[in-house]
Amino acid sequence: MTIDLEVDDTQREADPDALLVVDNLTVSFPTDDGVVQAVRGVSYTVRSGEAMGIVGESGSGKSVSSMAVMGLLPRNARISGSVRFRGQELIGLDEDEYAKLRGNRIAMIFQDPLTSLNPVYTIGFQIAEAVHAHHEVSKQAALERAVELLDIVGIPYPEQRINNYPHELSGGMRQRVVIAIAMANNPDVIIADEPTTALDVTVQAQVLEALETAREETGAALILITHDLGVIAGHAERIAVMYAGKLVETGTTEEVFYRPRMPYTLGLLGSLPRLDKQEHERLTPIKGAPPSLLNLPPGCPFTPRCPIAEDICDRDEPALLAAEGTGHAAACHFRSRVADIDAAEMFGTDAADDAPEVLA
Amino acid sequence: MTTVELGKQTPPPAPRPKGEPVLSVRNLAKHFPIRSKGLIRRKVGDVHAVCDVSFDIYDRETVCIVGESGCGKTTTGRLVLNLIPASSGSVVWRGQDLTTISSRGMRPLRRDMQIVFQDPFASLDPRMNVNELVAEPLRIHGQYRGENKGREQVRDLLAQVGLNPEHGSRYAHEFSGGQRQRIGIARALALKPRLLVLDEPVSALDVSIQAGVINLLEDLQEEYGLAFMFISHDLSVIRHIADRVVVMYLGKVVETAEADELFRRPSHPYTQALMSAIPLPDPVKERERKRILLTGDVPSPVSPPSGCRFRTRCPKFANELDNAQREWCVNVEPALEAKFTAHEAACHFASARTDILEVGADMRAVPAELAQWPTGRPSDEQASQPMSCAPEDGAREPIRISDDVTVDAEGELVVEES
Repeated sequence: MTIDLEVDDTQREADPDALLVVDNLTVSFPTDDGVVQAVRGVSYTVRSGEAMGIVGESGSGKSVSSMAVMGLLPRNARISGSVRFRGQELIGLDEDEYAKLRGNRIAMIFQDPLTSLNPVYTIGFQIAEAVHAHHEVSKQAALERAVELLDIVGIPYPEQRINNYPHELSGGMRQRVVIAIAMANNPDVIIADEPTTALDVTVQAQVLEALETAREETGAALILITHDLGVIAGHAERIAVMYAGKLVETGTTEEVFYRPRMPYTLGLLGSLPRLDKQEHERLTPIKGAPPSLLNLPPGCPFTPRCPIAEDICDRDEPALLAAEGTGHAAACHFRSRVADIDAAEMFGTDAADDAPEVLA
Repeated sequence: MTTVELGKQTPPPAPRPKGEPVLSVRNLAKHFPIRSKGLIRRKVGDVHAVCDVSFDIYDRETVCIVGESGCGKTTTGRLVLNLIPASSGSVVWRGQDLTTISSRGMRPLRRDMQIVFQDPFASLDPRMNVNELVAEPLRIHGQYRGENKGREQVRDLLAQVGLNPEHGSRYAHEFSGGQRQRIGIARALALKPRLLVLDEPVSALDVSIQAGVINLLEDLQEEYGLAFMFISHDLSVIRHIADRVVVMYLGKVVETAEADELFRRPSHPYTQALMSAIPLPDPVKERERKRILLTGDVPSPVSPPSGCRFRTRCPKFANELDNAQREWCVNVEPALEAKFTAHEAACHFASARTDILEVGADMRAVPAELAQWPTGRPSDEQASQPMSCAPEDGAREPIRISDDVTVDAEGELVVEES
């Protein structure tokens, strides 16, 4: 049995490379039916230049947590905890101060480029606008920068393209324009929220390539939010797995993929059909569905779907604890046991899904 | 047309369930007219959604149609079910041509051919409970045998798709996405069909739930001997479930083979690019992989490129071929033939690659095939053969291939002397 250590907060504070420190971030939305706890105590640190992936299924709170970092949540959201960027506290920061950071030190790439680009301005204008917002430069210089940026993200004939409107471009090109805008001011952190989900795979490969180029060019740290474990595997050095508003497993990409310690991660990996496996193996689905974040019961939120759950799982919600000597942490009472089981053994390959599901 | 014999090293294709195909699609085409705006709505052109598509489906077989958005895979699925009329070609279902059949004559056949749609949120009536939803096809075809027996049938169907029969009085919104898709499958199964057309059945679902639906489909096929026509853009799912794969690009079939063969030795440059673009959920393999990156976007299906439709994005055309070879791609439409490998690929310069999924494997193409590529320029006779589904006016936008090579409006390759 390994001894588990609480992830040391003071040590993390002292980390000289720590760029963005998210500590016990909690976001809830009051609704007519009650309070929806979208994010429940998320903590992570991003060091400069590193690529971190946040993976989770729909409704796990991965987007909401990043919107909270950017200060983009609607007013009715109740946010607590702390987000520090280079030591500066962002939660509760006034709008003027936030505007100085957004697009300048922290940039964001959204899922749908059609909604993040303005349809009535040319793309050249919109990239130049991002430059203007934070730097006193001439119009001409800003446009030249726009051409340079378009060239970096791999758009052919950038001199002509800057006069195009978003509707004249394909989905992949639009997303590359959004990446160009994100890197316009050499940010320290780029948050990419499902940047390729709406795209075809061959275009996805182009856009991910552009994103990698943008990172090399700016040296920015990347927070890549996605539901696609394949995208995460190739583009992140560290991974955080989210479930029901909490981080349930964190570690290096290799640790999480090859030796998952949380049953949810194990099940997720087992349920992926693999292009690189020749022999036909049955998939191992996770029964049931993620819980409603409204009136969450006590205990581990994965308990109803977990094949190894015991009484303690119904009572106590496990903390995200690291195994000794590693940064590999999992929120499971039986984390040391999970590492040695394979997915088929734990979840079975049954096809039925008769767990009652009543949505509020 | 040059016909070349099969390479000697290539083993025979894997045995396929023999007998007559249950469904046989030949030279199927669908053109959607584009009309002008205003009162008269003149026809100003065609969207060439599906051109010259042929394939067979045998009993108990899963045939997967794969391609990116706009390649015509969903249209093909609807044509097969005769939900939209075909422009030309035939769909033969157990000896009967569906393209010429009357809608009255089609009705009994619909029992045998059912469809499961992509979006389980849009395809179920929110005002019907599950019992009514699943009983609906039975009622329509007069197979609902009274309230007691009919209820029993519905309960059986729900149990078969892995749902709790006790939940029959609930409404669709009370179920998760995966469970809704199961209701859709129960509806499709109600009439004991022989063919299920599955149009992206798991694309809208989260992975942990998707796996359960895939396992269910496998079980149902095993139990009832169903044939599946599985339409998807996800090659990982296809590798898992397919017996045979049809790869489509811009309305045409570019490659088709038994699933194992296709994934082991993809031969068309598009299939190769598609496979290499899929991210693998394995960090070490993923970082070591070399990607084949395609440039540009899919051309408009209103005026598809002359010759080979993939040439505008083809890495082989851009980087490996010389100008005489390029003339083949620009002027001669490649036929879907098993010329260079053990399976059919529509490429003049097809060559199998084994290194796409096996990381670190030999980067070279399989040798001895190179000699079989066409040599020299295509003859005038070959170059003047009409393309299938050519746009009516024939004129296209000139395309620049490299600094000194362009394809002009007539589809001729022009080399500028500097």
